[in-house]
Amino acid sequence: MNGETLTILPALPELILAVGAMALLMLGVFRGDKSYRQVANLSILLLVFCAVVMINQVGGEREVIFGDMFVTDAFAVFAKTLVYIGSAVAILIAGKFLSEHNIAKFEYPILILFATLGMLIMISANNLMSLYVGLELQSLSLYVLAAMNRDRLRSTEAGLKYFVLGALSSGMLLYGISLIYGFSGSTDFDVLATSLRGEGGAPIGVVIGLVFLLAGLAFKVSAVPFHMWTPDVYEGSPTPVTAFFAAAPKVAAMALLVRAMINGFPALIAEWQQVIVFISIASMLVGSFVALVQTNIKRLMAYSSIGHIGYALVGLAAGTQDGIEALLVYLAIYLTMTLGAFAAILSMRRNDGMVEDIDDLAGLSTTNLPMAVAIAIFMFSLAGIPLLAGFFGKWFIFLAAVEAGLVPLAIIGFLASVVACYYYLRIVKVMFFDESAGAFEGGHGQAVSAVVGVAAVLNSPVSFLLIWPLVGAAAWAAGSLLF
Amino acid sequence: MTVGLGHYLTVAAILFVFGIFGIFLNRKNVIIILMSIELMLLAVNINLVAFSTFQGDMAGQVLAMFVLTVAAAEAAIGLAILVVYFRSRGSIAVEDINQMKG
Repeated sequence: MNGETLTILPALPELILAVGAMALLMLGVFRGDKSYRQVANLSILLLVFCAVVMINQVGGEREVIFGDMFVTDAFAVFAKTLVYIGSAVAILIAGKFLSEHNIAKFEYPILILFATLGMLIMISANNLMSLYVGLELQSLSLYVLAAMNRDRLRSTEAGLKYFVLGALSSGMLLYGISLIYGFSGSTDFDVLATSLRGEGGAPIGVVIGLVFLLAGLAFKVSAVPFHMWTPDVYEGSPTPVTAFFAAAPKVAAMALLVRAMINGFPALIAEWQQVIVFISIASMLVGSFVALVQTNIKRLMAYSSIGHIGYALVGLAAGTQDGIEALLVYLAIYLTMTLGAFAAILSMRRNDGMVEDIDDLAGLSTTNLPMAVAIAIFMFSLAGIPLLAGFFGKWFIFLAAVEAGLVPLAIIGFLASVVACYYYLRIVKVMFFDESAGAFEGGHGQAVSAVVGVAAVLNSPVSFLLIWPLVGAAAWAAGSLLF
Repeated sequence: MTVGLGHYLTVAAILFVFGIFGIFLNRKNVIIILMSIELMLLAVNINLVAFSTFQGDMAGQVLAMFVLTVAAAEAAIGLAILVVYFRSRGSIAVEDINQMKG
């Protein structure tokens, strides 16, 4: 052995992001509260720079560093690109909202940067230890973000609920990790995968640990038995924070779940597949039925995101390369739909402040037709109406499920999406056919309009042009995961 | 009678279950929830250290150190959120956390 050389190149974007976030924190501390705009702009630049470094320098070669703790491959590059986009957009659309609510503090972009760093580590985790540390770095930043509007009771209550339930799920995850470690003797995914393939099957302790691990991760993606926090946290948090919650952390947690199951426990597929199928069906049903009675649009989006996580989990339940590919395509499309929809919610302002009820959208087509068309596109796309981007996501997911022999799962998913159509179409009906509830005040800022516009174009039938490159990239990413 | 791995695991499991029940059955005070969370994490640490010792593998003890560190950060953030909540609500009783249904 000629001594290990320390290679840090594959983790270069993460290191730049960590150092950059701390430097921006110092800048913010020394410049005081007036530095929000500067820190926010620099944060977006930092995220873009890290993404460019990641794509140019690291690339899709599978490399494992830091004692097998940290892995980069095409799958990581794909998921991280989505996370970078989600985080940058969350900073971009926040400025106006935050300054109007007197919470335009430089901590907002800094916390998003640290949460992003945690997500990148989650996506690249190749060991239960780095999985835990990345997950906690992300979660701790998110708890603070939820409670950021500290003079408003609902925001602090959202933070408190998120914290208590999040800490509970971390505890369960950790207990699962300890059992897996104890009964298999390792925390490394690659070692776990080979040792569990051995004769006699896996010890029962590992299976119990796996169930605890799945429960903890299901909480982080807000899949159904562990979804109770989602509506409250989404409703209470400031809207830009909710937009962030619905986008980047979901992608990161799904990527983490996929890597842990596919890379770490391929031998136990029979065990985890049952669990994933169950939480997937439950998420799709709850996401469809409970959303029917919601009146607050942020709560509605919370149930909608629970449902979408259920559809994405169908791809994981399939457990094949096609399934993972469909899941990645679905996540990418989900990201554009969600960010667009939340940017549109940010434009719902009257002179007495933000409004969040679905009824407030009444007659939007007469007062602001472009916005009404954009929201209609998002709703049709979320519902999965053909010709729009959301349809392709569901199509690939159900196709993969059928090919993997999970026909009942695909049928239940299809029926759930029919039910979900009702509440998405109700919003369109309210906007286009109801008596006007008065125009929204403009002035939500150019950034919000730009995000709404770009997301609407991406989800419109233009997506026919973009879907095949996206599928190609997802196939490239999924191919790097299975070997 | 020698104390074996099973005894450690039993103690850890009992503590872990106490922690979970402390969160769900407690109707009084959020501080008790924070203490229950600490109890869960410490139960996990007992598990990790016991496994690590009986296998002669250091990884479990390294993870236990990480858990301790993260638990400290988590307690700090939890208390900070609780203080902010108390300022606007004037109470930290569990049944008063009811602004949003669910």
